[in-house]
Amino acid sequence: MKTTKNLLFTCLLIATSFITNAQTADEIIDNYFKNIGGKEKFAKIDGFKMNMVTNYNGIEIPVEVFNNKSGKMYVKINFQGKEITQMAFNGNKGWSTNFMTMKSEEMDSETSENMLAQIGDFPDPFLNYKQKGYKVEMLGKETKEGTECFKIKLTKKPIKVDGKMVDNVSFYYFETENNIPIMTETEIQQGPMKGQMSTSTMGDYQEVEGMYFPFTMNQGGQAMTVKKIEINPTVDAKVFEMKTE
Amino acid sequence: MKKNYGYLIVFILSCISLQAQEIALKGKELFGDLKARQIGPAIMSGRVSDLALHPKNNQVILLGAAGGGVWKSSDGGATFVSTFDKHIQSIGCVTFDPNNPDNVLWVGTGETWTRNSVSVGDGIYKSTDGGLNWTNMGLPKSDRISSIIVDPRNSDNIWVGVLGALWGDSEERGIYNSTDGGKTWNKNYYIDTKTGCSDLVIDPTNPDVMYASFWEFRRTAWSFSSGGNSSALFKTVDGGKTWNKIHNGYPTGQLGRIAIAVAPSNPSILYSVIECEKDEQKGLYKSEDAGKTWKHLNNDFALVVRPFYFSRIAIDPKNPDIVYKGGLSGSISRDGGKTFKNLGNMHSDIHDIVIDPYDTSRIYVGTDGGLYRSWNNGSTLAIVTNLPISQYYHITLDDKEPYNIYGGLQDNGSWYGPSKSDGGIEAKDWERVGFGDGFRVLKHPSKNIIYSEMQGAENIWRYNLDTKELKTIQPLQEKGTEKLRFNWNAPIATGLHNPDRIYAGSQFVHVSDDMGASWKIISPDLTTNDKKKLDQENSGGLSKDNSGAENHCTLFTIAESPLDKNIIWAGADDGNVQITQDGGKTWKNVTANIIGLPKNTWCYHIETSNFSKGSAYAVFDGHTNNDMNTYVYKTTDFGTTWTSIITKDIDGFARCIQEDYVNENLLFLGTEKGLYITVDGGKNWSKFENEVPSVSIMHLDLHKKTNDLVMATHGRGIIILDDISILRQITNEVIATDVHFFKTKSFAKVENSSFGGTSSELEFVGPNPSTSVQIIYYLKKRNTFGKIEMEIQDMSGTKIVSLPVSNKKGINIVTWDFNEKGPKVAAGKTLDYSGFTTPLVPAGKYKAVLTKGKDKFEHEFEVVNDPKSPITDSSRKEQRSTTKMLFDKVQDLAYMVYQIDEMIQLNTNISGKDKGYLKTATKINTELNNLKNTMVITTGDSYVGSAEKQLREKLGAIYSSVASQYDAPSPSQKANIESVMDSFTKAETQFKKLQKEVFPKVIEKNQKINPEYKVKTFTEFIEG
Repeated sequence: MKTTKNLLFTCLLIATSFITNAQTADEIIDNYFKNIGGKEKFAKIDGFKMNMVTNYNGIEIPVEVFNNKSGKMYVKINFQGKEITQMAFNGNKGWSTNFMTMKSEEMDSETSENMLAQIGDFPDPFLNYKQKGYKVEMLGKETKEGTECFKIKLTKKPIKVDGKMVDNVSFYYFETENNIPIMTETEIQQGPMKGQMSTSTMGDYQEVEGMYFPFTMNQGGQAMTVKKIEINPTVDAKVFEMKTE
Repeated sequence: MKKNYGYLIVFILSCISLQAQEIALKGKELFGDLKARQIGPAIMSGRVSDLALHPKNNQVILLGAAGGGVWKSSDGGATFVSTFDKHIQSIGCVTFDPNNPDNVLWVGTGETWTRNSVSVGDGIYKSTDGGLNWTNMGLPKSDRISSIIVDPRNSDNIWVGVLGALWGDSEERGIYNSTDGGKTWNKNYYIDTKTGCSDLVIDPTNPDVMYASFWEFRRTAWSFSSGGNSSALFKTVDGGKTWNKIHNGYPTGQLGRIAIAVAPSNPSILYSVIECEKDEQKGLYKSEDAGKTWKHLNNDFALVVRPFYFSRIAIDPKNPDIVYKGGLSGSISRDGGKTFKNLGNMHSDIHDIVIDPYDTSRIYVGTDGGLYRSWNNGSTLAIVTNLPISQYYHITLDDKEPYNIYGGLQDNGSWYGPSKSDGGIEAKDWERVGFGDGFRVLKHPSKNIIYSEMQGAENIWRYNLDTKELKTIQPLQEKGTEKLRFNWNAPIATGLHNPDRIYAGSQFVHVSDDMGASWKIISPDLTTNDKKKLDQENSGGLSKDNSGAENHCTLFTIAESPLDKNIIWAGADDGNVQITQDGGKTWKNVTANIIGLPKNTWCYHIETSNFSKGSAYAVFDGHTNNDMNTYVYKTTDFGTTWTSIITKDIDGFARCIQEDYVNENLLFLGTEKGLYITVDGGKNWSKFENEVPSVSIMHLDLHKKTNDLVMATHGRGIIILDDISILRQITNEVIATDVHFFKTKSFAKVENSSFGGTSSELEFVGPNPSTSVQIIYYLKKRNTFGKIEMEIQDMSGTKIVSLPVSNKKGINIVTWDFNEKGPKVAAGKTLDYSGFTTPLVPAGKYKAVLTKGKDKFEHEFEVVNDPKSPITDSSRKEQRSTTKMLFDKVQDLAYMVYQIDEMIQLNTNISGKDKGYLKTATKINTELNNLKNTMVITTGDSYVGSAEKQLREKLGAIYSSVASQYDAPSPSQKANIESVMDSFTKAETQFKKLQKEVFPKVIEKNQKINPEYKVKTFTEFIEG
């Protein structure tokens, strides 16, 4: 009898989740922010720094990534006793380190323009997405990572690829259970794979100052484990500027 | 309200029945990281059915494959990517919305080149994001769609030409129209249940004007009929409100398939190609008054050949006199259709030609053997080398390492190639072993001999790979026997109990025990021998088409029991299933024992069981009777009784089944829409979709040593699901566990060259199987919240490395390449190669430890040395100890350089604050730098601006080479080590001197400024 009762309960639950099928993208995004700490907290982030570890050929490489509101960012790796700024953006132009010469070189202007166009992604593309001019669309349910998800299409500001403006579309998969995104798909825009999707997964969300962030990520096959996240850290402004020798 | 209540009850009931099921194996929730690999090949590619060019951007091309889905190029046809994997792979047409061609694309499924082996479609699809996602927009029973037109004034107004069912009557044919972007459809024009729309084209200058050709056609398993009184060409001038026949100048009597095209540069010029009763009236017709009158221009072979296969005309966008026609070779006219010449050399059987509107000399041609590009109107052509849309009929495997895959393809002969190859499986790895249409290719079980065949067993070849001796060995008619009837895809099989034995099936079972030199018939006619189905000479309709493709009442599958050589099964295309238990002396027809199977349903495959002599599986394919249901049966009593083992989980008709060798309940089913797996003997089936598209799987084989499931797909080449042994372990208990590690075989440290790889990025290269350790576990729930970590430990619990974790619901695979941590390398100006080299662990047992929150889960596994390797254990030990010694030296050097750098930094800091110290500091720093400069490169770059190599680089080089090899260091390496160690010792001596004499002074001086400062200990330095 108890089983039947439980069963009935489960069925009701399932039935409710059917009703939630009618949920809109906005409701899911609202729930998402509720479940990861609240929009207010995220709106107060000026910048964050993530210390991660990535694995290259079995070698663990520490990676430090910083992003802030004004679009400044850097990716530093620590390797062979050297701290190397793999790439950085000063809010205006991007640069990277050439591994042959270990000197900094400016990125092609298209990449810089695109980085500038995506400043709004900070700290989360869905935060106040309408004000940023982004659009969302609910595409229904799909099973990803073995888990039932809502599929939401996010259209951001167009970017430039090989001289032409193209739509900047990503597909986000939010677990139906908790409305947390666990996977994204983005069209590969250049090269022989153009037209296929690059997939990223996010998992192991953990709390940092009352907010939740994914601590494992896999971007197109490159796995990264987050060790530490600092909210609003102090960073020397010079690190974003291209080094001149 | 009442209605809602009822719904809930049904819901609860369905929940209960779910609860009662044994193992609800659900593909997407279970298979997780288990992924197949698509190895192509693309060297022969496969049939292309339709092409479309983006109207405004000549870099973008859509390609519809006959059985391989939809592919898109964004670089003018240099490369293509697959965009339609989740949906049925048989494509009729592909179309851009001219109003929004970057985003809105349409696909009509179901190929319209209606050969015997053609697959089926399941409706019309739309993408609104350039092909990333597709939605089925209806017309589910359309079977095959010939044309889609989007109104250039209004994207919501869509016209669709539905050719319809090939194998039976259907009312879903004709012209359909949607005025709401495909949400709803109206049947706009319809003739009858036998006649469909084979071509629908629009006047590019006036979208209210359209032309539609209708074709009466029908195929059965034993005949084809093209033509009838209903075939006709129609025109509308009022946007489809009325359609009128435009036959003024056309031949009278019955008509067959009609192709129609409008000249884009002058829409009053039309060309059509007509199939009709009289040979002299067949061929090309032209109208110069938009269809009011027609003139017959040409009935050359190239214009009249096989209308069902080649009815396609393309007209140059700028010049109405340049006309292309599909055909055996494809042809071009430059005089408005009066005369034609063949296109240049390419694969035969041309189905579609599209012309770049911006540079009309650039054309793309779809053939039976892939896509060709030409820059000179088809005079010379280049094949696109990255379209693995090859159409296999059948495959077999050998027992070599790596094993080879043998198989035959539609119009592309027979081939074999390896399941893995250095640098990936490339075009160069494939060898051709047969002409024509290829089907079954068999490796002699022990000799270096291959059997292959062509259509209708016109030739069965025996090919000796060592001597290159090639013999034709097919059974021939002998005195006193009747004419032999072979299927288009005739069964041949090697004996499981006698390696020189080979079976062949006509209407009889033929056996040879001398590799095909002589044959014996060991059965009566095992088919229904229905004379009504044996009139192939008169098949084809208005154009006779007796290629052998319709041969019927023939055997299609022969299976010898692995447990008893006297048990042989034979299945026929007319539905007969027969068994002998005495090696062919007597045969029993057991067809009537199969309850629920419609009469004369094609027996596509019989799989004998490995577990019991009386057990076998039979798969029946009814699609040639217009029956798309799934029929799979099992017998355990030599065919006396049969049980259906399919469930509603399976969508579409099945072609083949594979039983596991270990777990009787683990079965693999190849269907027209992909792969299904059951772990409970057929009570539940689950679709496997990880890298297996919804493609027709015509044959399956399971490799006995590797446990690899190999799929012969008819449109996506060969697909391999590596090592299915994990699936043997799936039970109710496993699925109910939070975390479960699967048992795995031991993992060999394979000693491979890193050479190989000759392909450009425009060529398809098939991926190799994993050679890493695979830690495979099941998670009942995805780890979206909370910490999860994994590390590898030795058996004493000492950590070797951490690994990134996979955290899906279902099966997760974490890979490890046998590596330990890499050395910490001295900081220099450049990066040193040694920092990228990790030692590998020795053979032995290891543990993977998964930490999830507070819980720890452990899994043991074994690493072994490459069994092929000649290297001795003592050599391996020496390699390991030398590696360890050099590894330590690399780190010792790094620590020395660190300390020197620290002292230099301290000195600089102090002198910044204490000017009086500057002189001393400079002196010390010079001394320190002098030593450092011998220890590590401090100038130059990593390319040709490199500075002279110093100790770090020399030590790193020898460390890397010893660590990367498996053998003991060679005498030459040892001599080098001695020399490097000599330099090391010298540097170390100097360092120790400075450490003793200079460092304390600096540290003491620094004490005053920064009392907190401490030099890191060696351990802190290594771990920090």
